[in-house]
Amino acid sequence: MTNTLPPFSLADTAGANFAFPAGPTRTATPTLLCFVKEDCPTCNLVMPLLQALHDSGDVTVLAPGQTAEGNLVLAERHHLTLPLLDDSILKVSFAYDVETVPLVLLADAEGAEIDRLVGFDRAEWQAFFATHAPNATVDWQALPSWRPGCGSLTQDPVVAERLRAESENSPLRARKIEIAPADDVHEFLFDQGFTDGLPVVPPTPERVLRMLGGTSRDPQQVVAQIPPNYAPATVEKIAINAVLAGCRAEYLPVVIAALEAICTKEFNIHGVNATTMGASPVLVVNGPIRERIGMNMRLGVLGQGTRANAAIGRAVRLAVRNIGGAKPGGTERSTLGNPMKFTMCFPEWEERSPWTPLHVERGFDAADSVVTAFAMTSGPALCVDQSSRSARQLAGSFALSLEAAHHVRAHNASDALLVVSPEHVDTLWRDQFTKNDIRDHVQRVTARPLADLVSEDDIGGGLPRERLEAMPPERRQRLMPKFAAKENLHIVVAGAEAGKFSGIFHGWAGGEIGSIPVSRKIDS
Amino acid sequence: MTTILDPTDERVPVARSVTLRPGAVTGSVALLDISKPRGNVLLDRLEQRLAERLPGATINRYAKPTFTKPAPTALRQDILANNDFVIEALAD
Repeated sequence: MTNTLPPFSLADTAGANFAFPAGPTRTATPTLLCFVKEDCPTCNLVMPLLQALHDSGDVTVLAPGQTAEGNLVLAERHHLTLPLLDDSILKVSFAYDVETVPLVLLADAEGAEIDRLVGFDRAEWQAFFATHAPNATVDWQALPSWRPGCGSLTQDPVVAERLRAESENSPLRARKIEIAPADDVHEFLFDQGFTDGLPVVPPTPERVLRMLGGTSRDPQQVVAQIPPNYAPATVEKIAINAVLAGCRAEYLPVVIAALEAICTKEFNIHGVNATTMGASPVLVVNGPIRERIGMNMRLGVLGQGTRANAAIGRAVRLAVRNIGGAKPGGTERSTLGNPMKFTMCFPEWEERSPWTPLHVERGFDAADSVVTAFAMTSGPALCVDQSSRSARQLAGSFALSLEAAHHVRAHNASDALLVVSPEHVDTLWRDQFTKNDIRDHVQRVTARPLADLVSEDDIGGGLPRERLEAMPPERRQRLMPKFAAKENLHIVVAGAEAGKFSGIFHGWAGGEIGSIPVSRKIDS
Repeated sequence: MTTILDPTDERVPVARSVTLRPGAVTGSVALLDISKPRGNVLLDRLEQRLAERLPGATINRYAKPTFTKPAPTALRQDILANNDFVIEALAD
């Protein structure tokens, strides 16, 4: 099959334009293209040969050079009269997918490839000359038998990303925004409202391309519709926000899965954003990806200092803000807000836990990587218990701490997330307490008669007194535990080996009227 | 010159024209309860006052299933088809 070479027009060192292919009316001889760069010894070796071809008149020689200064040096060093063309922006080299220089391509007047040479192999070059340029004069014995070529500048990783981003078949479709040289890039990003109040990484096309390397998904695949704008979140748009947040490419699959989870009807990110209670997704990661991308599940797990934990949660929030359009004062109407609205993502320390990990409890295989999203309004609120020596005691402490979620007298509550620290795990497991034992104990300890959950003159909140008084007496003594169902208490293990402190995240409105926790498998 | 990619949804805001304001309230008025606690108290009072001031108008009461989610499409269409005005009870 005929390989038609890409057309181009480039200027030589004197500024004269040369077009390829010239077309049959302009040239009777084939055209020989040779991609060269000045600092390549093999290119320097073949420059006199190219000049000999030029002098022979058998072919029309055009030599795209990869640096403008290098072209001048080559012309002077080898006394060249052949056209050395300026491809310093490397567009033509990129279009030709040049891997090695020198690359020789011989084409007919229509631009169809006839022959090619890569690097320098004397026998091949000699045969090439014999076939295509019999009038050229070369002292072949003065030349080495073989020299490898050098890497094309287009293969330089930084240059390659720029060229890919700028090329016609670039996977990028997002609107490009040019920031004037006089503008401070970071101030510009703040002014445009693209940040959460902290500095972001400028999402240049090169960085976004690198980010897209973290997933095999099509950049234009729509992952979710993000409210309140119900805007399509393509993989590319998510990648842009992942760059803003400071993610590495290998975090991107987690960000994608988290957005899939929160944009479901069950999770209801619209309500989570809008509520005056100030809810935000808390993301828990399970499975092998935790170690692979360097997530921290130990010391300071819920705090700052680990890029993966911090950047993944932040990327999800920025995507919701920028793609979905949820901004404080707009549809984000939280009374107080909370720091989880910057970021909150952490992994479960499955290996330190004697219990079934969260994702397996939720129906996934242990070998799956999974992210689970919870809508939480506060946390982590600490349960400090350094004295309990039995599982029952400690689970009882958890119960009282959990009872404080929202309001001590607000029972029949929806979800809460309990993060049990390793020392507390040891206390519980010494008595073989399972996650379900903890849940049962919490429900037992917090079960109070409705009459005790009533609003009083000195303490408000809880059940309105008139509702209680409307109940028959026996109903008023009905026991009501903290949670509507024990399954509303979600339990994971994380944290440092030292410290008898566990953390509690308080939920939001649960079930159909609010948010239901959602898990999504992360692409492997 | 630094080039960045737009992280937003790139939607150009659509210019919306406001419905022509009528000089008087006649026909049907929808009162939409978004299901926040005590929103119904506000609407009850409002209905009472409207009935006093606008004896010729018909008041229709509606409620969203939950304040946390947008109104279902069927509810919005019902309100649109059967009313000339709508008053939504917010909260907080």
